[in-house]
Amino acid sequence: MAKIVVDVMLKPEILDPQGVAVSAALPRLGFTFAKSVRQGKRFEIEVDGDPTPAQLAEVEKAAEKLLANPVIETFTVRVEK
Amino acid sequence: MKVGVVTFPGTLDDRDAARAATHAGATAISLWHNDADLKGVDAVILPGGFSYGDYLRCGAISRFAPVMEKIIDAANGGMPLLGICNGFQVLCEAHLLPGALTRNHELHFLCRDQKLEITNNQTAWTTSFKVGQEIVIPLKNGEGSFQCDDATLAALESEGRIIARYVGENPNGSRNKIAGITNERGNVVGLMPHPEHAIDPLTGPTADGLAFFTSVLNAMVK
Amino acid sequence: MALDTVAIAQANPDTNQPFAELGLKGDEYARIKEILGRRPTSSELAMYSVMWSEHCSYKSSKVHLKQFGDKAVKTDALLVGIGENAGVVDVGQGYAVTFKIESHNHPSFIEPYQGAATGVGGIVRDILTMGARPIAVMDPLRFGPADAADTRRVLPGIIAGVGGYGNCLGLPNIGGEVVFDETYIGNPLVNALCVGVMKHSDIKLAKAAGAGNLVVLYGAKTGGDGIGGVSVLASETFDATGPAKRPAVQVGDPFVEKVLIECSLEIFAEDLVIGIQDLGGAGLSCATSELASGGSGGMKVELDRVPLRDATLSPEEILMSESQERMCAIVEPKNIDRFLEICKKWDVTVTVIGEVTDGERLEITWHGELIVDVPPRTVAHDGPVYNRPLAKPEYVDRVNAEVISVPRPETAEQIKETVLKLAATPNLADKSWVTSQYDRYVQGNTIQSQPDDSGMVRIDEKTNLGVAIATDANANWSYLNPYEGAKLALAEAARNIATAGAKPLAVTNCLNFGSPEDPGVMWQFAESVRGLADGCLEMGLPVTGGNVSFYNQTGSVAILPTPVIGVLGVIVDVRTRTPMSFDRAGLELYLLGDTADDLAGSEWAYMHGQRGGKAPIADLQREMRLIDLLVAGRTSQIFTAAHDLSQGGLSATLTEMVLRNNVGANINIENVGTTLISESPGRVVVAVEPAKVDALLALAIKQEIAATKIGTSGGSSLVINGADIPLTELRKSHTETFPRLFG
Repeated sequence: MAKIVVDVMLKPEILDPQGVAVSAALPRLGFTFAKSVRQGKRFEIEVDGDPTPAQLAEVEKAAEKLLANPVIETFTVRVEK
Repeated sequence: MKVGVVTFPGTLDDRDAARAATHAGATAISLWHNDADLKGVDAVILPGGFSYGDYLRCGAISRFAPVMEKIIDAANGGMPLLGICNGFQVLCEAHLLPGALTRNHELHFLCRDQKLEITNNQTAWTTSFKVGQEIVIPLKNGEGSFQCDDATLAALESEGRIIARYVGENPNGSRNKIAGITNERGNVVGLMPHPEHAIDPLTGPTADGLAFFTSVLNAMVK
Repeated sequence: MALDTVAIAQANPDTNQPFAELGLKGDEYARIKEILGRRPTSSELAMYSVMWSEHCSYKSSKVHLKQFGDKAVKTDALLVGIGENAGVVDVGQGYAVTFKIESHNHPSFIEPYQGAATGVGGIVRDILTMGARPIAVMDPLRFGPADAADTRRVLPGIIAGVGGYGNCLGLPNIGGEVVFDETYIGNPLVNALCVGVMKHSDIKLAKAAGAGNLVVLYGAKTGGDGIGGVSVLASETFDATGPAKRPAVQVGDPFVEKVLIECSLEIFAEDLVIGIQDLGGAGLSCATSELASGGSGGMKVELDRVPLRDATLSPEEILMSESQERMCAIVEPKNIDRFLEICKKWDVTVTVIGEVTDGERLEITWHGELIVDVPPRTVAHDGPVYNRPLAKPEYVDRVNAEVISVPRPETAEQIKETVLKLAATPNLADKSWVTSQYDRYVQGNTIQSQPDDSGMVRIDEKTNLGVAIATDANANWSYLNPYEGAKLALAEAARNIATAGAKPLAVTNCLNFGSPEDPGVMWQFAESVRGLADGCLEMGLPVTGGNVSFYNQTGSVAILPTPVIGVLGVIVDVRTRTPMSFDRAGLELYLLGDTADDLAGSEWAYMHGQRGGKAPIADLQREMRLIDLLVAGRTSQIFTAAHDLSQGGLSATLTEMVLRNNVGANINIENVGTTLISESPGRVVVAVEPAKVDALLALAIKQEIAATKIGTSGGSSLVINGADIPLTELRKSHTETFPRLFG
């Protein structure tokens, strides 16, 4: 069943201490591929049937109002099969 | 004088805020998050804690509580409103104050006796202080780093709307060591550290916090 | 898997059942068949397996723990004794205080954050279930060597878990311990203590009485976490392959518990419950069987009514689940509507799952089919009782004969070096890195917290009545002499209560040992319990309850025997308490008590790789005289400060005192090479105004306690026999260690 996915990330100018901690931990475990790491949130929203454009518009509004804090976060909304 | 103290599910410092208000000479009235009723109070405190377990973001769910509608209206009409710690987070989420509180830079919860400098004594909650006065009150949180964009920061600084700054090492990475701010009108104040835990040297580091609560009594008299 | 019902069990007696995988021994399985007169259903097997596990049934320890009851001092102060969720003592003015300490060792090794978090959650619920508002927590913690890689894996998570859960509940952390030793690598000890307060009339017990009364489950929904935690995790040793037992770890949500606390207290305030039990180890199996046992014995439960997070759980899994933040209450039908209303106000999931019956069986159905039909006492109380073989290990005499040979600080340079080394060693170093992750202020009644000798909380804002709690253990001494070691730990915890001027009142204990299947460990356990019971009788302190954690070993190597003793005391007016240290110059400093050459088991000896020798012999009469002195001194306000001596001896005590308020001291002591580093028990350093010295000496003579002047307060250095240690340098050594080790 398809679902609507909202990804929320801190704005680039906001310090992300959790991302920093993760990127410091990776090399300690032998993983050296990362130039930088930032940590965000992912919301998976199930609706009845396939998501409609109207529902996606509603999700955008919900993301703006609740799922993300626009003062410090940005978000994207998409459909995932 | 009646001071309302709001309890959301997960609020922790409500009884302490009520005690502080009572100590200052007010009558503390308990306000339930689900009742859109301010019970005729003259001022409101949003206390510290982990309302809704900090789910989603600190204060993100509390800001939509039924009682908040009434509080926002009253604040817009000039009622004194103080948000302490989690309360500050709720005020920012509700856009009564600008900016946002994010995770402490060192990532740990930090409880310490924090030195602050009071930088604005014109707000409803700070008239009992002198500008430049240094006080020590407890800081205890995991998400106390005040962040905002450059324009907001410039406005806060130029308009003198920062009411308290951390003295010494920045404990959490807040921009410009901001520990507390006010709105343009000076009736809404957000403060990260906890004045309600510094009203008696018996149980706190000092009694420096009491002045926040006596200030509002003076403000209400006026 | 097809449902295994009572009918099927009766009809199919020879079905192969996985009793061994569930942790039951062959004879235990046979006993169950005997009790039921048939083979158990798989649900019944699940129940017996969790409830008869070591962690729940205390089968290896019961015969020894009996002594706490047999040797108990008769006292009216004890309102609820051993056997309930927590003990309750009368502290005066109509208040009752309940406190208990518990372990959550094995889960914390597997998943440090959640193990520690749910350990706090569990002990808090035990206190809540007695009808009390929880008012404080403490956490005695023990880890492997501070610089070991695995310590760096577990310590930060455990501290974050204790803080994360306790802070979110709004409970001040008022004390604890952080101890490092090679013995705990692979077996960290996470003991959590909670204290609560209520009025006498509020006390609740865990019994289901009154046929027709409803069995109500409320709190979090039930999921698949922690299934078999007690049987699988806490009742078996780890093998050398390490933390692979992941599925059995419980996951906690402190917000749900905070709401549960407020909801429960409102329910209690309206007197809506007849009996109540929290769901901890062994979840529903425990709650239903214990409530039924506590009452007339009859209960009927419809297991399919239990609200689930995971609809795929089988009845066996539901019965074994250790999902957190759940409570089970017995409610009269006339009160159920109001009960449901209060739960709705707090948005707490609540379901009536059964009722108390007239009979003597616990019957559980699943969609109408009977899957459990047992006598509840056989599950909850009449589990197997083992009288495990014990044998004094060969190491005891050999190690006791070892002679301690350590450098003694004689010259100024050696004295300074010794003091700085002790100040910096992880066991004695400043613990702010840990304690600043804990909220000490919430509830606004904390009078003392770390690094003071005891945690102290005000319980009445008008009268200033307060309680003080301290936890202590000395595994080093328990290893050398378990009998004396337990007594000495008891004395130390009581002394820590008394330095602030509170009067010791009651005892709890958390007994952390290796495998009870090892006769040497069993001997250590038996001796420790005997020592603690004898000590409590002599000191007039009742044991109100506690916890046993066995199987703290990896392979065949057990931890040092670590009985942690918690003592609770009362102080009539917290404003009169004696602080830990002095804040001004000109005070006279006295060492109370006698110093002998007690280096065995000391921090200094351990730092030099010497773990042998003879432990001191406890002199509890003298300890009691010292306690009386300290309490009397507070009443007469003789002391400006008082601080206990323990690990690190006089060196550590002086270090802590001068750094507390940044006021130095000028010290002169005889026989400095021993006096500075010896760990003789029964000693305290006090600071008094010159005008009060006569009163102090008179009191010391009256109590027959030696009082030796050792110096005066003042200055910006700690000077000992001419060795000048600037406070800045001392502070640097003391405070660098933890940030350096843990970031």
